Amino acid sequence: MILLKSREEVEQMRAANAIVAEILVALRERVAPGVSTAELDALAEEMTIKRGARPAFKGYTVGGRVFPASVCISINDEVVHGIPSSRRVLQAGDIVGLDFGVCYRGYFGDSAMTVPVGRVSPDAERLMEVTRAALDAGIEAARAGAHVADISAAVQDTAEKAGYSLVREFVGHGIGRSLHEDPQVPNYRTGARGVRLQEGLVLAIEPMVNAGRPDVFVKEDGWTAATRDGRLSAHFEHSVAVTANGPYILSVP
Amino acid sequence: MSDAIAVSGTVSQSMPNALHRVHLDNGHKVLAHVSGTMRMRYIRIAPGDRVTVELSPLDLSRGRITGRVG
Repeated sequence: MILLKSREEVEQMRAANAIVAEILVALRERVAPGVSTAELDALAEEMTIKRGARPAFKGYTVGGRVFPASVCISINDEVVHGIPSSRRVLQAGDIVGLDFGVCYRGYFGDSAMTVPVGRVSPDAERLMEVTRAALDAGIEAARAGAHVADISAAVQDTAEKAGYSLVREFVGHGIGRSLHEDPQVPNYRTGARGVRLQEGLVLAIEPMVNAGRPDVFVKEDGWTAATRDGRLSAHFEHSVAVTANGPYILSVP
Repeated sequence: MSDAIAVSGTVSQSMPNALHRVHLDNGHKVLAHVSGTMRMRYIRIAPGDRVTVELSPLDLSRGRITGRVG
């Protein structure tokens, strides 16, 4: 069921997303060779609690499996939902996806970015740039009167024109009092137009772009999705409200 | 955090315990069971039916049939 948000609710969600954005910036600054993904997770959790919010992913359950951490950290060929670990240490040349969400005063915020560790290859730089551009194109398409498929098409065209492919198994989503609400927001054309966008709809738009083929698999930990061909994948996400004045990006500091 | 995609497909085979093999439109084949709500409402699923399937993000070869279409 699709739930539209009042202006007051959108501002509440803006508050939750501002916390997410602020913490993501802090995580990006902490990213360096030699840092473990568990350290990043601990930093995010500490900052979240200090701000009176709750990490949204910790304890999130799908089919009886519980996500054990506050941040999804996915390195290189990992697409999304990587589990932080003290044994997982960042190395120069890695690209690392940081996906983070909080619940603040009953409303959820969700955002993600992929950042380089030290100097990375030009190929990796370009993949991140294109993924970011695909997100921007998707946000630009999130206007009242358009349909979900317009967002999907904008994202898909931007990434495919650059020679990359889009992950199909995971999609963006509505967000509000739950982390995942209807409608789903695929990053590719599904053949359906999807629901019509209107004022008050809040969406988490999140392209997951693979350098090689689109196929992914889930690792033995039950969460981490990675590319089948082992090539790089990047992920950017913003929570965006559809308003009378166009798209309103909530997840900025 | 991204959501697992719900997709549509065609039932190719029915098995015991309301399990069905579904050919998804994206080319994948999955084993899917029928959702509790559909069982409560006695919505029968037979080979050839068009259905919507929610995939488990944990195991992309299994899913849950959440609706019969058309």
